[in-house]
Amino acid sequence: MLPGIGPVNAIAVLFPIVYTLEVPAATVMILFAGIYYGSQYGNSISSILLNVPGTSAAAVTTIDGYAMAKQGLGGKALAMSAIASFIGGTISIFFLAFFAPKLAELAINFGPAEYTVLMVFAFIALSSFSQGSLLKAIISAFLGLAIAAIGIDSTTGVSRLTFGMMELYDGIDFIVVVIGFFAVSEILIMLGQKEGDQSQMQPLTSLWITFKEITNSLATSLRSCVSGFLIGVLPGAGGTIASFIAYATEKKILRPNQFGNGDIRGVAAPESANNSASVGSFIPLLILGVPGSETTAVMLGGLISFGIKPGPLLLETSPDVFWGLAASMFIGNLFLIILNLPLVGLFAKILQTPRWILMSLITMLCVVGAYTINGSEFDVLLILIFGLIGYFLRRADFPLAPLILGVVLGDLIETNFRRAMIYSGGDVIIFFESNICLTLWILAAVSLFAPTLINSIQKKVHS
Amino acid sequence: MRKSMQSILGILTGTAIAATTMLGVAMAKPGNTECIAPAGAGGGWDFTCRVPAAQVMGDMGLIDGTMAVTNMSGAGGGKAYAHVVTKRGDDENLIVAASMATAARLGQNVYSGFKASDVRWVGALGADYGAIAVHKDSQFKTLSDLVTAMKDNPRRTAIVGGSSAGGWDHLKVLIVADKAGISDLKAINYISFDNGGTAMLEILSKRADAFTGDISELVEYEKQGNIRILAILAPDRIPAVPSAKTAKEQGYDVIGANWRGFYVPKNISNARYKEWVDIVTKVANSSQWSDLSAKNGLAPFKSFGKDFENFVGGQIGKVAQISTDLGFMK
Repeated sequence: MLPGIGPVNAIAVLFPIVYTLEVPAATVMILFAGIYYGSQYGNSISSILLNVPGTSAAAVTTIDGYAMAKQGLGGKALAMSAIASFIGGTISIFFLAFFAPKLAELAINFGPAEYTVLMVFAFIALSSFSQGSLLKAIISAFLGLAIAAIGIDSTTGVSRLTFGMMELYDGIDFIVVVIGFFAVSEILIMLGQKEGDQSQMQPLTSLWITFKEITNSLATSLRSCVSGFLIGVLPGAGGTIASFIAYATEKKILRPNQFGNGDIRGVAAPESANNSASVGSFIPLLILGVPGSETTAVMLGGLISFGIKPGPLLLETSPDVFWGLAASMFIGNLFLIILNLPLVGLFAKILQTPRWILMSLITMLCVVGAYTINGSEFDVLLILIFGLIGYFLRRADFPLAPLILGVVLGDLIETNFRRAMIYSGGDVIIFFESNICLTLWILAAVSLFAPTLINSIQKKVHS
Repeated sequence: MRKSMQSILGILTGTAIAATTMLGVAMAKPGNTECIAPAGAGGGWDFTCRVPAAQVMGDMGLIDGTMAVTNMSGAGGGKAYAHVVTKRGDDENLIVAASMATAARLGQNVYSGFKASDVRWVGALGADYGAIAVHKDSQFKTLSDLVTAMKDNPRRTAIVGGSSAGGWDHLKVLIVADKAGISDLKAINYISFDNGGTAMLEILSKRADAFTGDISELVEYEKQGNIRILAILAPDRIPAVPSAKTAKEQGYDVIGANWRGFYVPKNISNARYKEWVDIVTKVANSSQWSDLSAKNGLAPFKSFGKDFENFVGGQIGKVAQISTDLGFMK
């Protein structure tokens, strides 16, 4: 639940211990996997209740989750998050078990050109995050792109926007951006409010999610699970992009909706997608030996030291590892939901803490979280600067989600575009050659025009 | 369920062991030690701190108590380097993980002006040798085939690797090209990927023509028969891939060793420096380490004390020269 203290550290620290103890490899993988997806849920608690996303993937959950918490519906949001995570996490295990080798091929065939088009598709999601002015959303996204450009450019080795500061050579960690722009700016806004102000937290009204709310959001969870899984399979895309795309898609196809103002499906979509993506990321790890995320990279190191070779034959050579993993994921998900649902009320009580304590607590979480990423005081300074910028942006009604999207996509779209151009010798035809590219273009076009189409169809039906 | 119980027991016992070792009695060995890994968890530097340092030194009783591991990522190791030079210059109980990448960056002078002589080099205890590979169906059968293509048609010969431009994977292929007498090194078409794994996907999908990386990244793909290793940049053939020829056998005298080792702060006592050299030598020669390093795809590579200092100096000079030729460095 602590932002910054993620699964990577936990796994890296545990590794020498289990190695010394000669625990069987299958058990170790199961333990690591448990930490990996267990932490996913912990992070959504702080996203929903405190507007502090612990990981980049949980950033989208803050939009509707925190809006719900403000309306006194924090308990419902937490419960929805647990249920959607369960659905996303469980169904994706079946995808993993049955389609792993086939999907590994997708990961291989997904080259720089395909990534570039996927990012274009994701950028179209931008319009879903503009609350009102599209221009403001675009400005916000550009600010995010500028932040993404900071650091050494890997294609040429040139440093950009670093102002000679060594701390900036590696770029800015995503969590620093998120803590600064979301959490610190939130504290500043809370400081500016009078006690008893209408716009602040409403007392908890309903704690329990109703059966109807679950069934209403079931379709959302299922769709997000599928798209999240497919994106998770691609090394390099991951849970953050999965949650953004799932949220944007649902916002476009669900009519009517309250996305942005505390729609429970706005919590279900990113949570399901994000958990499903983390299961999907095991496919490149296990079948191709290519880690899709930092955490799976640590796990890969672990597997190899145990003499287990990831590869297309893993299912035959080490079935105990593969099936043990799949079974443990299922049990893990089951435990998470059994443990978490009764505790929702307890978590939600955090919000009844007096404001002066709560605000100090959030500030502490932010500072500790920013510091632990790299053990750097500089990052703490950065969250304060970003917090201030974020405060003024929010006061001027700039949406912050496009900024986050810009930071996430900026580096990916740029490096992949340049890689593709180097391959093709500068010919843009490379972006239209493969079937995957064409499919993505069609999806992009559909997502761009679908809302208008749905609107006009609805009008015709009504008239 | 039984398996998860095992896991829980594992954690509990682990904690108990950790707690017991912390109660160790003080002796005249380095105590209260710390190893800085200049990168996040999971990479090569992190491994160097956690396994040969914290684990093996602890198990062999070469240090007093347990060694703390600190991850200090930033500026490709530059942040840790600056930290050690400016703030920990006389810390007798500190060692820092280093590798060929450290030397490469010092050679390119990107550690904000700090030099190799600002620290003391203790030793190296293993290395991952460089390798160049292609898809199994590739038209390139030998290293010479690839070198000819790089010479005649550099723009159409896409070479991928896991380091950024100017990084170690890129430099290795340039050193080979340089040996082969290619004068226009800038024309060589290197495409950088996030890590060796994602670069390898470019080979498996046949999008790229050749891969430059380390042997440990290739062993599995070679065993599965998906790729062909054109050359390994090692002095001799490696048991893990016995059929792969060295570059030297094919007439290109290039050795590219991504060694793993340590440096310590400059102003510690000579006695303590000698102790660290002694400790690292003992680890390097231990059976526990040879077992662990082999499992992690490292080949034996030993160099200690004064020899190691000279070796690092030589590598830095070489990288500086190539990088200047290429314009990565002014």
